[in-house]
Amino acid sequence: MIEWTDRAIVLSARPHGEDAVVASLLTADHGRHGGVVRGGQGRKLRATLEPGTLVQAHWKARLEDHLGALSLETLAGVAGLVLSDRDRLAALASSCALVDVVLPERAPHPEVFDSLLALLDSLAHGESQGEDDLAWAGTLARWELDLLAAVGFGLDLSRCAITGKTEGLSHVSPRTGRAVCREAAEPWLSRLLPLPTFLLQPEGCPRDGGEVVQALALSGHFLETSPLVPPGKTLPAARRRLVDRVARWATISRVP
Amino acid sequence: MSGGEIDRLILLLSRLPGLGPRSARRTALHMLKKREGVMRPLMEALAQVAEKVRACSICGNLDTSDPCMVCADPRRDPALICVVRDVADLWALERAGAFRGRYHVLGGLLSALDGIGPDDLGLDRLEIRARDGGLSEVILALPATVDGQTTAHVIADRLEPLGITLSGLAQGVPVGGELDYLDDGTLTAAFRARRPV
Repeated sequence: MIEWTDRAIVLSARPHGEDAVVASLLTADHGRHGGVVRGGQGRKLRATLEPGTLVQAHWKARLEDHLGALSLETLAGVAGLVLSDRDRLAALASSCALVDVVLPERAPHPEVFDSLLALLDSLAHGESQGEDDLAWAGTLARWELDLLAAVGFGLDLSRCAITGKTEGLSHVSPRTGRAVCREAAEPWLSRLLPLPTFLLQPEGCPRDGGEVVQALALSGHFLETSPLVPPGKTLPAARRRLVDRVARWATISRVP
Repeated sequence: MSGGEIDRLILLLSRLPGLGPRSARRTALHMLKKREGVMRPLMEALAQVAEKVRACSICGNLDTSDPCMVCADPRRDPALICVVRDVADLWALERAGAFRGRYHVLGGLLSALDGIGPDDLGLDRLEIRARDGGLSEVILALPATVDGQTTAHVIADRLEPLGITLSGLAQGVPVGGELDYLDDGTLTAAFRARRPV
């Protein structure tokens, strides 16, 4: 019997038979991992299996490549804290769905686990007030870029791909993922992706909804065009809903 | 052991929720022993239900008449609509007797995993009902889960421009519940929704 115990974040759970679910978890040391949770449709485990819940997971199977059985114990629930907040709930659903689609199974990504945990923590604490509180949206946008980097499709925002300058970076090439400074970008503005300035600062916060839209469009472009999303599939509907929601604030804030 | 007809009956029964092959065998045997008292009335009831029950064209409830008894009842308040996930939730609210308005059954929740989008839930139908006028409040009685509340927020986004009051069910300590046994999310929700005593 092969088994391990690890901390994990619940990404999704789909019904399996009458009382079990097949759960998808992002573990700290074992990557994205699935398993059958017996009694997962029952009252006791339903809250544990909500996306975003931090659990202590014990997995065991007879052979390494078997789906295996999971037993879970809740360490911290996030969903209950954000259910009434439309924006943060959309961000929670989007981030968990994105990891579920993008990360390969059983490949350890401890840095993604840590960054998702930090993101969920920032979502769980505080009330979103649309454009009045954009710190969490900045964390989310930066987390998506970190996710791309973790799976080998990171953007190079350190210097201009054409001039080598580190100042005045304003756009990103949609083909190479490298930053371009304002003067070098001028002739190709319509073809380049805008780079919101807050992404260049480690703790930067977006100035308005428009910057969040730009940041999500930037990460969305590279997520969609990378081979991370299986052929014939698109980014999760939960992410589209999040982008729509943020785009709505941005539109509202522009109305005089 | 037995003829093919009995095996088929057992197979069909074993596909019902809550029944496995063993309990299906017991059920089949029970029905065979009580043909007149159990089996024939059950057959007739099944045939009648299969023949007559339809989804209500207004709310999606299951009933033998269209519009259903709830929509056709003049004593119910037409200015209130309670949105529920499925008919089981409607029955639960009716059992509790807590609501005297009308319903709207979605038939599911938005779910990325199952590929259920707003078009699959008949949200257009709900919007048309809301636009028809005369509504004062829409109560979103959807599960306190990520999928349930995501669905509630999408509905709220659609209906807000119509100027109708939108409300959701409270979350908190259940009747008979002890704080020590509640999960963190429920406790936090209960604290946020505290009220003067």
